[in-house]
Amino acid sequence: MEHGSFEDQSKATFSLTDEDHTLANAVRFTLNQDPRVTFCGYSIPHPSDARVNIRVQTTGDPAREVFNDSCQDLMLICEHVRGTFDQAVLKFKTGKGLSAMDIKK
Amino acid sequence: MGTATENESMDSEGTSTQEETFTKVSVWDLPDLPKGKLPPHIELQRTRVLCGSLAPTNTENVNYSGAYAAMGVDNSVRFEQFRDNFKVEIVRLEEDELEFDMIGIDPSLANAFRRILIAELPTMAIEKVLIANNTSIIQDEVLAHRLGLIPIKVDPRLFEYMSENDVPNEKNTIVFKLHVRCTKGSDRLRVLSSELKWLPNGSELILGTEHSASSSSAKPKTYTSFSCSQDTRPEFSDEPIAPKDADIIVAKLGPGQEIELEAHAVKGMGKTHAKWSPVATAWYRMLPEVLLLRDIEDDEAEALVKKCPLKVFDIEDIGKGKKRATVARPRACTLCRECIREEGWDKNVALRRVNDHFIFTIESTGALPPEVLFTEAVKILEEKCERVITELS
Repeated sequence: MEHGSFEDQSKATFSLTDEDHTLANAVRFTLNQDPRVTFCGYSIPHPSDARVNIRVQTTGDPAREVFNDSCQDLMLICEHVRGTFDQAVLKFKTGKGLSAMDIKK
Repeated sequence: MGTATENESMDSEGTSTQEETFTKVSVWDLPDLPKGKLPPHIELQRTRVLCGSLAPTNTENVNYSGAYAAMGVDNSVRFEQFRDNFKVEIVRLEEDELEFDMIGIDPSLANAFRRILIAELPTMAIEKVLIANNTSIIQDEVLAHRLGLIPIKVDPRLFEYMSENDVPNEKNTIVFKLHVRCTKGSDRLRVLSSELKWLPNGSELILGTEHSASSSSAKPKTYTSFSCSQDTRPEFSDEPIAPKDADIIVAKLGPGQEIELEAHAVKGMGKTHAKWSPVATAWYRMLPEVLLLRDIEDDEAEALVKKCPLKVFDIEDIGKGKKRATVARPRACTLCRECIREEGWDKNVALRRVNDHFIFTIESTGALPPEVLFTEAVKILEEKCERVITELS
């Protein structure tokens, strides 16, 4: 759900249900990395409600687009993390012989 | 600049005659800061957490993309840049335990993975216990709670969630039977988790209301409605479902006591109850960095080695009967700060943590191997993003 105004689309608050710090903090990171963002932050209005509000203010681009892009960024990062991790596991499993003993410390 | 003044400021401490110790230098004679590169002291602030003898400092990360714009440095992370810098190195991989280094990632993401591992990855755990008979000294509810905490070795991805209106069927429920009796005159009996016997055909307890109904029906109604046996599924035919550990004590029975019950395991998540958490612990720490700021020799070196309870430091011979301290095992450092506790030692040893280097440890409870757990956790974060994207459009 998006709370914003029609006149100025560069500022908006996105209210996500069933989400918590896990997603909000990660998205805040990717938002902060975007040069178009002038301000971003998130809050959990009440600990008993499963809801986060993510505030996005931009230099002019629609906040919705910027927010969307940073979610995409986060997905790309995750995909890369998964790929790199799987490769590392595969490498470790194949190279697991006597050499693996030395690493253990 | 920052490093050059370090000695001067140390000397001038305590003396009020700062004017004399500082030689005056015109601003125009100072060297220019290199453009497009952060000066060393700011680079240190950006990439390290510093640990003083009283408290860690510089613990906050600088995220804002324009933080160093004044110095001509772009702090925004492009995906290509992340891709080039990100590294994963497996340190240890055992059946239930995984330790790996994740390098070049922000704490917010590392923490997201940790949180998902603990609270949002599903497993199967015993949720309903139908107690037919319990004459042991353990109360029904305590027994049910103990049963719930037993890890079950089964892939939760093969099952569905059971919502409130669902009937228990072969796709969402695993049924176990436990029937133990301690005969009179024998010793006390320990009831172990290995006594939980899987019932692939579902519940064997007849529903109470069925007794009065006509007995002619072929199959009496039970607490579950399985349309087929679970052991016909190829995943379970060679590996029957059982608790991960066979030697967990569930209860103790005295002579003449008996427990007869049926336990129904369903799929759930750690945020509902910790029994569904697939990890015993999942945690990370930042890589410790221990530096000797000057050569520490002979007696001082011996003293330093003795100070550290984790044996981070070692002594090397440098000839002529001289000894020098070295940092041999920085990874073992827990930042107990014992080595810099004594007055003045923080000038000899620097304790830091590398901001973007995480030593991640996952201890699985056994339902899934730890390396699978991590990939599943990353997938869940991806799904979360996808959900937001679809909701936005």
